[in-house]
Amino acid sequence: MADPKTMPAYLVRLQADASGLTIDGQDVRDHMVGTLYRRAEQIADACSHAAAGAASGATAPAPAPAASSRLRRKSWDSRLDDLLTAPLWGLLAMLGVLGVLFWLTLVGANYPSRLLGRLLFGLGDALSALFRAAHAPDWLHGLLVLGMYRSLAWVVAVMLPPMAIFFPLFTLLEDFGYLPRVAFNLDSLFRRAGAHGKQSLTMSMGFGCNAAGVIACRVIDSPRERLIAIVTNTFVPCNGRFPTLIALASIFFGGMGVAGATRGAIAATAVVLALVLAGIAVTLLVSRLLAGTVLRGIPSVFVLELPPYRLPQPGRILVRSIFDRTLFVLTRAAMIAAPAGALVWIMANVSISNTAGIPGGAVGGDTILSVVASLLAPLGRFLGMDGYVLTGFLLGLPANEIVLPITLMGYTSAGTLTEVEGLASLRGVLVANGWTSLTALCVMLFSLLHFPCGTTLLTIYRETGSRKWTALAALLPTAVAVTVCALVAGGARLIVAAFP
Amino acid sequence: MLDASTIASPGMPPVKPLQASRLALSGRPVVALAGNPNTGKSTVFNALTGLRQHTGNWPGKTVARHDGLCVSAGRELVLVDLPGTYSLLANSAEEVIARDFICFARPDATIVVVDATCLRRNLNLVLQVAEITPRVVVCLNLIDEARRKGIEIDAPALARDLGVPVVPAVARDGLGLDQLVATVLAVVDGQVVPQPVLPRYAHDVETRAARIAAALEPMLDGRLNRRWVALRLIEGDPTIIQSIAEQRIDG
Repeated sequence: MADPKTMPAYLVRLQADASGLTIDGQDVRDHMVGTLYRRAEQIADACSHAAAGAASGATAPAPAPAASSRLRRKSWDSRLDDLLTAPLWGLLAMLGVLGVLFWLTLVGANYPSRLLGRLLFGLGDALSALFRAAHAPDWLHGLLVLGMYRSLAWVVAVMLPPMAIFFPLFTLLEDFGYLPRVAFNLDSLFRRAGAHGKQSLTMSMGFGCNAAGVIACRVIDSPRERLIAIVTNTFVPCNGRFPTLIALASIFFGGMGVAGATRGAIAATAVVLALVLAGIAVTLLVSRLLAGTVLRGIPSVFVLELPPYRLPQPGRILVRSIFDRTLFVLTRAAMIAAPAGALVWIMANVSISNTAGIPGGAVGGDTILSVVASLLAPLGRFLGMDGYVLTGFLLGLPANEIVLPITLMGYTSAGTLTEVEGLASLRGVLVANGWTSLTALCVMLFSLLHFPCGTTLLTIYRETGSRKWTALAALLPTAVAVTVCALVAGGARLIVAAFP
Repeated sequence: MLDASTIASPGMPPVKPLQASRLALSGRPVVALAGNPNTGKSTVFNALTGLRQHTGNWPGKTVARHDGLCVSAGRELVLVDLPGTYSLLANSAEEVIARDFICFARPDATIVVVDATCLRRNLNLVLQVAEITPRVVVCLNLIDEARRKGIEIDAPALARDLGVPVVPAVARDGLGLDQLVATVLAVVDGQVVPQPVLPRYAHDVETRAARIAAALEPMLDGRLNRRWVALRLIEGDPTIIQSIAEQRIDG
């Protein structure tokens, strides 16, 4: 009887014998669930009492504790929910909250990032002096200081300030209980896109980290809807990409370091907000597309609990956002940026014609980097960017955080600019390499929509167990990014041509 | 509620319910941590294990299972944080994971964290856990929030009505957690033997359950709760047979 092969069959037989029971005309399962809930309510009501001295009607008769507590819940948090989850006001409030979040980050990150940039690049100069004093060979100095150290410095200077402001604020919202409200507001949109309402939750988690968002897709039970959620998770900018978006928006649309800073900050905020909304819109569109083609089906229903608003704990938020998020992302970026920086330096200083010897400094022309960049240049220009940026995106596959720093490394080590003095000169470097607002916009769009980072792809593979779906999760967003950037760049060129 | 037919996810790797935990293989007592989503379950877990598991005001935060070591008064317990669920009726992947762990891994005790501000909904899970195992300890969390809402819970009365120990707590501030661990240890050691007061179903259901339970006895040889398995068969739970078969084959 205990044979594992015959046991399931035996159980199935027992179940078949047992099935079909009805209790007072009710399905037996309904009867059992009903009995459980009734018993739970009975015990709960017998053991709950209105607390002495509590708000209204402390002398009210005993049997109504549940009802009275529900009445009192209609107080501030219930009214706040009425506002935050109302069809129109909820969406407007969401825009407002996100806008304030980005604005604070943009304004707040400006000064410390300049300071940090000056400090770190000053330290880099000191290191260079040290290497020269020790008569270190040029290639060693180039590899370690100009390659590894400088890309590390870029990563820290570009990313740390926005992260140190954005993450605590984001964690604050999370602790307060706002994110499930966002999910609630977006639920109907996702349902209409043929996806699972819970995808609004996993998407919100993607704002933190796409790999985490992909893992969170486990809360979606239907495989069809789970795949939709997994494949589209990368369309919301994660922690690794926010700093890039924020830096570029403040440089090219906020007039960083220019007079009229307030207006500039608002403009930059509007750009970041618009990008996030575009990401959400693309998420919905692609979900709709998938739900209409390869992943056809009917959306399943679910229950989303709105947790109570809770007073956030400042200490815990700081610890968690600084250690769990800021330092985690920064460490990951730094670990990848250092070798990537060295790689870029080597690529920028080894010429194809003479690969055997590492020269003390390339004379330009045909270094590996310039060859790769010029190979990618036509495609880059077609997408409103250039070859170096595309190289940055490719080398940034392990972590999106390093795309901008790697691109900068490419520019600076290719010799267009010998001295970089800090973040304030970031704009200078980019403009000197032919960047315009259109370039910045295309880079931001590509960053928003392109293939997920290596970690996320690995996670997708683990979660789906399928190479096919992992490949789709990489190719589909890339196709979207290429299409959107080509349209934007082409459209802008047409407009310029039509109205010179 | 979800449609139960969406559960058996073909083509997707199942979220493994019983991955062998290195901590659990050490012979230390295993304590499961169950509860509705967003009741402070992860906060209790972190406080007891000293881990900084990410907690958030966010239902569904804990999707997978987490294990941690709880050291108290020279004793070591392996604490297993189960995904937050409203029930164990196998409506979703989380519910199957939580149910299978309590049922098949047979932890030495199960803590059910309940939210004192919505006791009615939370107790339902306590009753379902108690149907599987008598070794249940209720952690009555968020009593501060309940008090602010004007709700006072009579913990001794609750313990009497449920037939299992109830420990009031404010996990966020660490209040009541020492008492919780002490109670759990007492249950693990058999000094306290909870005798849950289980809901009785209609006469037809109970007699049929008794008959099936008797038929199951030689097969389950005391490894699973017979009445509970019989009840699942009667209600036509589509996942239980699969779960039993998998557990048996895995050893």
